[in-house]
Amino acid sequence: MNAGRATRPLWLSEMIAIWGYVQRNYFLTKRYLMWEIVWLVYVTVNAMAITYIGAGAASFGGGTIDTERFMTYLLVGALLWNYLSMLFDVLSETVSWERWEGTIEYTFMSPSSRVTHLLGMGLYAVVYGIFQTALTLGACYMLFDLDLSHANYWGALLVLATCSVSLVGFGIVAAVLPLLSPEKGQGVSYIVSSVLLLVSGVYYDVAVLPGWMQAIATVSPVTYALTGARAALLDGAGAAELWGSIWPLLIMGVVFVPLGMLVFGLGERYAKRTGKLKRSG
Amino acid sequence: MNRLLGYGSVEDRWGSRASETEALELRGVEKSFKKRRGETVRALDSVSFAVGKGEVVGILGPNGSGKSTLVRIVSTLVVPDAGTVEVFGVDAVRHPKVVQRCMNRVSVEASFFKKLSAMENLLYGAKLYGVTSREARPRIAEILENVGFARKRALEPMEHLSRGMQQKIALARALLTSPVLMLLDEPTTGLGPRSKKDVQGFIRRIKGEHDSSILLCTHDMDEAEELCDRIGIMVDGRIVALDEPEALKRRYAAGAETPTLEETFMTATGLSVEEASAEGEE
Repeated sequence: MNAGRATRPLWLSEMIAIWGYVQRNYFLTKRYLMWEIVWLVYVTVNAMAITYIGAGAASFGGGTIDTERFMTYLLVGALLWNYLSMLFDVLSETVSWERWEGTIEYTFMSPSSRVTHLLGMGLYAVVYGIFQTALTLGACYMLFDLDLSHANYWGALLVLATCSVSLVGFGIVAAVLPLLSPEKGQGVSYIVSSVLLLVSGVYYDVAVLPGWMQAIATVSPVTYALTGARAALLDGAGAAELWGSIWPLLIMGVVFVPLGMLVFGLGERYAKRTGKLKRSG
Repeated sequence: MNRLLGYGSVEDRWGSRASETEALELRGVEKSFKKRRGETVRALDSVSFAVGKGEVVGILGPNGSGKSTLVRIVSTLVVPDAGTVEVFGVDAVRHPKVVQRCMNRVSVEASFFKKLSAMENLLYGAKLYGVTSREARPRIAEILENVGFARKRALEPMEHLSRGMQQKIALARALLTSPVLMLLDEPTTGLGPRSKKDVQGFIRRIKGEHDSSILLCTHDMDEAEELCDRIGIMVDGRIVALDEPEALKRRYAAGAETPTLEETFMTATGLSVEEASAEGEE
């Protein structure tokens, strides 16, 4: 067996390692199945509760509101935020999670590259996130009379796929925080996540925010993902109309992924110099 | 080379860069850590020694003497402040990915995903080294049989296994990646007598049937004497002595009678074995 491994090209070894990370996370999801089901129920109920805000809006004097459209607007926000925040959390918790399991040193002394490690984590998060979001959408679709008559699903998927890449980069940048500070790092990444929720227009238009928050929203990939996905799902926007959301996401992907890898590499070097790799407190 | 694992030679892997005689060589390695209140702790102080190809070198030392820092530096998890670390002639600090392919480590904590089964952990560990499940499965079966681990139990979550069984899986994980340099950091600490014997027997087997080089850090005198070709004594981050067991004992003999390794250790460190085993800061 090892003769085969010795002659194996490096890229193939890295592909096997990516599959290793994906498969490991799949095994872990299976083992924590009850918790996964609890979380899925919570996410679905939460999305439903938020969507009902739209149903109840008319009773607050909003007689001119298109209730169906508003409910769909809120549901799209809830579903996308669930998916994108999960992607961000999985990446940003890469280090703290392995510290908690006690496996971080074995992962970091293996010959698979950090790019491979983080891409493996990101790939599983994307696949699992899409699966979870599809289940939630299915449950909500049965309950609500949603306005998806003009929906361009392929356009929405294109926006989501583009955003996933830039959010993986964003998550990798956040993943370095627990390397720099084992005690406070993960907490800071939760703050980053909550700021994304506040400024990215998940449940309202970014235009209602104060100017300084709108400025932060321009660097959040979630802002463009929501604008694009809503345009595709609510108005059936085509590729040309979606380009306005896609190009900023492409630029962010090109910037954030290499930047994330660079920052993570520097953080890893710092942790190895200061002996903080294993420390959890 | 290495019948049981069937590895290619180090030269096959690294060509002319592989060292002729040394598997591991440290020269003037130093490491200090800053603590919270600004104080600096010197973990390693000018550590220099070598492990020859196929040799087992043991490092004895009290808790907090720097043994684990030493293993972490060799395994590329900690970067030294000064000095060089070469694994088969390759600089481990400058080329960590190259040396990582040829070594593995077993530490005092088994360090597994506790909810996953032993088999799932082993398959995952193998893939990080570029070994597919199809390649790994027969090797896992062979290794588990060698360590007397019931295959059925390999499907149970790690958290259901005893410490001794977990440590056998840790050894299997290390062997699965075909290391030519094994780093064993107190692999039997905290194990019951039976498990300890099993794990030591397995290490002896690796020593006898493979030409792996082994660096074994321990504070178990009998273990060191039985398994190691040479033994070093480490105190406060320094290697104060390194020699073959008998020569080491003779060096610290007060009279005509050769002392035991335990007596030698106490003379060299000024500590009793109990004091050496007491909790320290590593």
